[in-house]
Amino acid sequence: MDAQPTYNDTVVRQFTIMTVVWGIVGMLVGVIIAAQMIWPALNFETAWLTFGRLRPLHTNAVIFAFGGSVLFAASYYIVQRTCQAPLFGGPLIAFTFWGWQLVIVLAAITLPLGLTSSKEYAELEWPIDILITLVWVSYAIVFFGTIVKRRQKHIYVANWFFGAYIITIAVLHIGNSAALPVSMTKSYSAYPGAIDAMVQWWYGHNAVGFFLTAAFLGIMYYVIPKQAGRPVFSYRLSVVHFWALVSIYMWAGPHHLLYTSLPNWTQSIGMVFSLILLAPSWGGMINGIMTLSGAWHKLRTDPVLRFLIVSLSFYGMSTFEGPMMSVKTVNALSHYTDWTIGHVHSGALGWVGLITIGTVYALLPRLFGKPQMYSNKLVEVHFWMATIGVVLYIASMWIAGIMQGLMWRAVNDDGTLTYSFVQSLEAMYPFYTVRLLGGVLYLSGMFVMAYNVWKTVAGVKPSPVPVPQAA
Amino acid sequence: MDIPLLWGIITLLLTVAFVILVIWAWSGKPKKGFEEAANLPFADEAEQRNDETRPENKETKP
Repeated sequence: MDAQPTYNDTVVRQFTIMTVVWGIVGMLVGVIIAAQMIWPALNFETAWLTFGRLRPLHTNAVIFAFGGSVLFAASYYIVQRTCQAPLFGGPLIAFTFWGWQLVIVLAAITLPLGLTSSKEYAELEWPIDILITLVWVSYAIVFFGTIVKRRQKHIYVANWFFGAYIITIAVLHIGNSAALPVSMTKSYSAYPGAIDAMVQWWYGHNAVGFFLTAAFLGIMYYVIPKQAGRPVFSYRLSVVHFWALVSIYMWAGPHHLLYTSLPNWTQSIGMVFSLILLAPSWGGMINGIMTLSGAWHKLRTDPVLRFLIVSLSFYGMSTFEGPMMSVKTVNALSHYTDWTIGHVHSGALGWVGLITIGTVYALLPRLFGKPQMYSNKLVEVHFWMATIGVVLYIASMWIAGIMQGLMWRAVNDDGTLTYSFVQSLEAMYPFYTVRLLGGVLYLSGMFVMAYNVWKTVAGVKPSPVPVPQAA
Repeated sequence: MDIPLLWGIITLLLTVAFVILVIWAWSGKPKKGFEEAANLPFADEAEQRNDETRPENKETKP
């Protein structure tokens, strides 16, 4: 080797910064639509500001822009460090960043215009779907190319999770997006009726399972040991966790379609697999939290570690709630109510959000050659704002959801409905207000983070980190 | 062969594969490899120049 190679951290820095930017954008849209639920006039009678168009913008922005950016950043950082090899792929590396940003911008333009395939979490029309496919294939080449180049014998467990997520998302995206285009902005799904619904939730559930779960578990398996300064609690448990999780998740999708025209046996399979899923989910959670065993005092002094560990607590809560809600009798009450929204946000704000924030706080100083964030105090402030925000959000949605479910099913002695739909809607006002408050608190925390990030990186010219030679 | 029987066989095979995986993981045979792998997050620390945030990290090396 002539010149010593360095890690490719430019792309990691870019994605890390964009994580914060898209987090604010996506959550701001979320706060706006939460406010619209209380004050419908906030759509200003403008088509592209209506709930129906902003809601997919919110979900796409927080999942694929905020979550996606941190996943690109963390997977690129972790695969290089644990393989001790710089990223493979040359120009493809920068293409994944700029291509992904272009996808996000196109989504932000087309969704408010009402251009949608109407598939939840896959609303983008076919030309954007093709761009996503190109970016994703490049991502796979960069990631697996780096694994092949590794100068370590083992492939660290985090990379197994990332690998499974990259492959599965490729399969899901291509499978579910299959459509017949009729113009540049309109296409029809390749699947008919109930099959389309099943394909959609095979996609939708596994987008949660692999994008929002497996990939973030990959982050967890690196960032928690790194931040705690000790190896993961049990490596063999992590191996079993990986195989159990990836093999069971795939079959749980039908729980989104209980009591629909989907064949009943398919619904039962979805329910049973959802219940089994509790085991690997909690196995992984315990593995992450127990990594701190013997070093619990670090939670008191390190607010970054607190983000990571509390995110796992929310992960444990929502992965207990999920199987419970997939039980048909529970689902009969919870489905189509705000309980579902509460459940999703317990996972999204609690698990994905908090671990993302913790990861940014953990990686950013390392990426910019700083010993720590500009202000640990502000990290702590952010921690409490975010945690209280999540709790307000999910607690209000639990009450709202169960109340809705009970009001909708209440019948009088003569068989007529006790409450009209509007009565159940009116009963929601206090809870929608608390939800908005929680959301505003969580979003405000993101602004605190943005300030802290700005003060940490402004004016810093990071020097390249050399790849260690001769292990 | 009818479909339900095929499904049953697949379920059985996957269950057996899982049990074998668990037995293998706890058998002690892969222990050394697991230990090496578990320490990979710290592989870069000895050589890091601008990244020494936590001195206690070094103690975790075997």
